[in-house]
Amino acid sequence: MSTLPVIQKKTPPPGYTAARNACKLCAPLGAMLAFRGVEGALPFLHGSQGCATYMRRYIISHFREPMDIAASNFSEASTVFGGTETFRQGIRNVQSQYNPALIGIATTCLTETIGEDLNMLMSRLHQTEDAATLPILVPVSTPSYRGTHIDGFHGAVLALVNHLAQNGGQPRGQVNLFPGMVSPADLRYLKEIMEDFRLEAVLLPDYSDTLDGPSMAEYHKIPEGGTPVASIRAMGAAKCSIEFGRTLRQKTTAASCLDQKWKVPAHRLGMPIGVRETDSLFALLEKITHQQMPRKHALERGRLIDAYVDGHKYVFGKRAVVYGEEDFVVGMVAFLSEIGVVPVMCASGGESGCFASAIEEVAPEFNGKIIVREGMDFVTMEEATQDLDADFVLGSSKGYTMSRHLRIPIVRAGFPIHDRFGGHRILHLGYRGAQHLFDLIVNTLLTKKQEDSPVGYSYL
Amino acid sequence: MGEFLQERQRQIYRKGEQPYQLDCNKQSASGSVSQRACVFCGSRVVLYPIADAIHLVHGPIGCAAYTWDIRGSLSSGPELHRLSFSTDLREIDVIMGGEKKLYAALCELIDKYQPKAAFVYATCIVGVIGDDVEAVCKRVGLEKKIPVLPVHSEGFKGTKRDGYKAACDAMFKLIGMVPATNIPRISVNILGDFNLAGEIWTIRKYYEQMGVHIVATITGDARVHDIQRAHGASLNLVQCSGSMIHLAKSMKERWGIPFKRVSYFGIEDMAQALYDVAEFFDDKAVTARTAELVQRELSAILPQLNAYKRDLQGKSAAIYVGGAFKAFSLVRALRTLGMTTALVGSQTGSREDYEQLRELCDDGTIIVDDSNPLELASFLEEKNVDLFIGGVKERPIAYKLGVGFCDHNHERKEALAGFDGMMNFAREVYSSVMSPVWKLTPRKRSMNAKERAA
Repeated sequence: MSTLPVIQKKTPPPGYTAARNACKLCAPLGAMLAFRGVEGALPFLHGSQGCATYMRRYIISHFREPMDIAASNFSEASTVFGGTETFRQGIRNVQSQYNPALIGIATTCLTETIGEDLNMLMSRLHQTEDAATLPILVPVSTPSYRGTHIDGFHGAVLALVNHLAQNGGQPRGQVNLFPGMVSPADLRYLKEIMEDFRLEAVLLPDYSDTLDGPSMAEYHKIPEGGTPVASIRAMGAAKCSIEFGRTLRQKTTAASCLDQKWKVPAHRLGMPIGVRETDSLFALLEKITHQQMPRKHALERGRLIDAYVDGHKYVFGKRAVVYGEEDFVVGMVAFLSEIGVVPVMCASGGESGCFASAIEEVAPEFNGKIIVREGMDFVTMEEATQDLDADFVLGSSKGYTMSRHLRIPIVRAGFPIHDRFGGHRILHLGYRGAQHLFDLIVNTLLTKKQEDSPVGYSYL
Repeated sequence: MGEFLQERQRQIYRKGEQPYQLDCNKQSASGSVSQRACVFCGSRVVLYPIADAIHLVHGPIGCAAYTWDIRGSLSSGPELHRLSFSTDLREIDVIMGGEKKLYAALCELIDKYQPKAAFVYATCIVGVIGDDVEAVCKRVGLEKKIPVLPVHSEGFKGTKRDGYKAACDAMFKLIGMVPATNIPRISVNILGDFNLAGEIWTIRKYYEQMGVHIVATITGDARVHDIQRAHGASLNLVQCSGSMIHLAKSMKERWGIPFKRVSYFGIEDMAQALYDVAEFFDDKAVTARTAELVQRELSAILPQLNAYKRDLQGKSAAIYVGGAFKAFSLVRALRTLGMTTALVGSQTGSREDYEQLRELCDDGTIIVDDSNPLELASFLEEKNVDLFIGGVKERPIAYKLGVGFCDHNHERKEALAGFDGMMNFAREVYSSVMSPVWKLTPRKRSMNAKERAA
């Protein structure tokens, strides 16, 4: 291995005032995605029409599924005089068209700046004559000048829990699981694990069906699936909550809210990517259920380690650029570190302040040997990676331009995947996800080696 | 229709119903899930193909992030337009104002990328916090000695059409900045073709073969210098008239340059676009070369088109596009393939557009303005079409219902303009309609079962 650069613990001043090819999206997008994971819910943006349209297009291009987002469609008049009437009309129009059980409402930079107060707008609506016919309204504040899409995502989950969860008195067997922004394939797999432990688990959000549904005989206005509202209500009486994300710990989240409000114990784990982080999840599930890991999963774990052994030479010492949401990157670093890949550049557009310390926790061996940076964009990332001799980049399809310029392959994972098919079916979590990622990385490196070789070996 | 919004009833018309009425150019109903975007989007898409300018979005990160490299506009040289620059405004900027940040961002980017011009897009929030974008642009322009143009594209200040206008206004400031010397009489500017998948190169080739000189391709593979001398052309050719007619009118007023509306989609409209230019210049050699070109191109593709037509005859389609002008060409192009149009609509059509569409369409065809997913899904089910032509946001509606889909939006990477483009279009329609996968979809199966039962 060549000499590794020294870690820069503090984020250095950015080279450019402007963001150049951002490695983040705005907060409302994350909120819209989370609300899509509630049964019978329709996401709603209080703001300009373009925001909803842009987010729909962005999300549709990844999931290839309908993604209806209503908006109050702010005009110049509502910007000047306030959006009370626009809001009322928007909610009523959504109701008459979609008849949703719940409307998840997020703000935008525009409505936040002019001081629109969702709680007040909602209470006005609740004072009208036909208030009884209203669906459940859940508001979340997501000004796009604060935080990134992942903050909007967690914010919406928190808002749902804060607004709906109750404690019926009787502690129930239910376990709350807040997986964070993962793929429909991940969500389905998590549900399978919970079922195998015979745990009554409620995932929030759960867009495994709403954003990866079957072909329809008749059009469904709101796709089937999602976390039932009744299950969210019951979260206050759950046995415990599990939440993924090491960078969340200083924040108020759905799990911490339930802990404070209803004394539901919160277990906070890293995103379970790779063997060790997944082991922590299974250890917790064993503790909660007083059961051993089901044999199916033990075998999966065994096969994964067998694969690590079979493939270790292909990946050892390889150098990766990893980017995306902070907890996604932290999970990937945990995984890469156990297969011998050095994540020479770990970058996120997020700015939690906990990114570097979370990476140190999962992979202390890289301490001082890799670059970890918050608040990064793709052009800066590319410039900072030039001399790092990286072998591949790992993250969403938005890193493709960088990988092309650096002449190294890209391993696509996370959100969004806009230049390949089936991005929403990528499995990242657990032993099975690690198996998939490991195969993908090994084969990407083998492909590169084969293509670069003048011989063209057909047996590697 | 009961589930459709009351306030939208007048934006849906079925040909044959009396009296004819169709409202358009209205603000979208709140909560309607319109397929439209916003003012910013309109400006960004029109100016996007200017490849040697930097495009700086002044606002929080979203507007720039969602428009990064999403369009298929190609450049034969510099590719600055494919970079996404944003002032990435934060809470502190919203409180303190974003002018300093804008100034710093502009100066750094101009120093680094050495563009020929810079466009600064004002987003919603900038209109509210009151940054003087105009003043910052002026100052940087003087310091860096390049045109730095503000684009007044605050998202809430109208519809996408207003964004087109804001873009045209910004572009208009460039025109006339350099002397238009050494430009032949038989010369045109091409407006409103965005060079998706290199389409403008095909069109340019046709005109050049006719002996027509191209001064500027203003919205596709565009260069600042070409636009600055575009006032030297004798004629403006305007495709996508919804976006570019404003600039054409401004140029007519200021420089006396006449314009013609053209379309490069479908063989009829493509040929017409060439003949119109030949007729305008009234030059024997040009006219002869045009006839020869059209005949040559047509004879190259007609046999294969007719082969497709044999299989596609009688199939029906739905069209929902951004601008209505494109819809005319699509209705005609589908007819060339033997197909009928059961639904046609657009986000931003004008009264004249819809009247023309009504004349063009068959009885019973639904014409719709500013539609939404629920209406479109319902129309697809009612009309039982074989193909839906639209953009990314319409695609999942069609696919969920097991209906073929053809992307005719600006994100596509297939060339559909010109005679070769018609072949690509026919091939795409054919492969969408004739794929065996539809036989397996639940909707088709349940329809087949119903037919058998009947």
